Amino acid sequence: MATEGRLRIKTLAMVCAMVLCANAGDLMLKRAMLQIGAVELSVPGISHAFRMTVTNGTLWVGIIFLCGFMLSYMTVLSWADYSYVMPAGAFGYALLTFFAVVFLHETVSPRRWAGVVLICVGVMLVGQTKPRTTAEAREALA
Amino acid sequence: MMHVAVFLCFLIFGSTGGEIAITRGMKATGEPERLRPRELLRFLRRALCNGWFWAGVPLMALSFYALLVLLSWEPISFVIPASALSYVVGTFGAKYILGEEVSAARWIGVVMVCAGVALVALG
Repeated sequence: MATEGRLRIKTLAMVCAMVLCANAGDLMLKRAMLQIGAVELSVPGISHAFRMTVTNGTLWVGIIFLCGFMLSYMTVLSWADYSYVMPAGAFGYALLTFFAVVFLHETVSPRRWAGVVLICVGVMLVGQTKPRTTAEAREALA
Repeated sequence: MMHVAVFLCFLIFGSTGGEIAITRGMKATGEPERLRPRELLRFLRRALCNGWFWAGVPLMALSFYALLVLLSWEPISFVIPASALSYVVGTFGAKYILGEEVSAARWIGVVMVCAGVALVALG
């Protein structure tokens, strides 16, 4: 029982780390693109934006956070079920929208909030799936 | 708005296609027998020799740059929730490409994600 409790706390901590790293990474990418400016859809515009992204420090900090996300995601999946991790991570969409309002001062209308809530619930349902559903996989398990 | 939709397609199909290709490549590569440096190097060499791996990497790169371009044009509170459409594409891929069974609850989730993205896009 104590082992199960410890496992639950460990999984929850790793899911929180996963969501925070993903959100911090995405916020850093947005901040970097605000520094670089809107990308122009032309060959010189795209090549200029490419050079700017490679040399932008904020963007590299974002990439490090996204690597942290991948690491925590893969680690938690090594012991927890995908159908548990996926729905637990779905609230990240709502958290990111909240962070966008707080840190980037974006305006989010009630309609957009309603959309984000629908997406969170939808992702939770999509994540609730059986680990093996194909005929070959079922035979292999039998 | 048209170019935003096009780059959203690059983002979603690039990431889903890239993940499928890399998963196939890694499955064909197999697991490393032991977690020792020499064995890991051999594993890396096997992965780098796999065609699926090299099909997946450019798709993932395309998806990442599409994300950056979208972030330069649109608020993050639109771009990231809209990227959840990859679950919709993933579910259709699971059903029609990989032949997996998709439960009614999962289809309801797909409809909710689509409706949510529509609301987010309307702003």
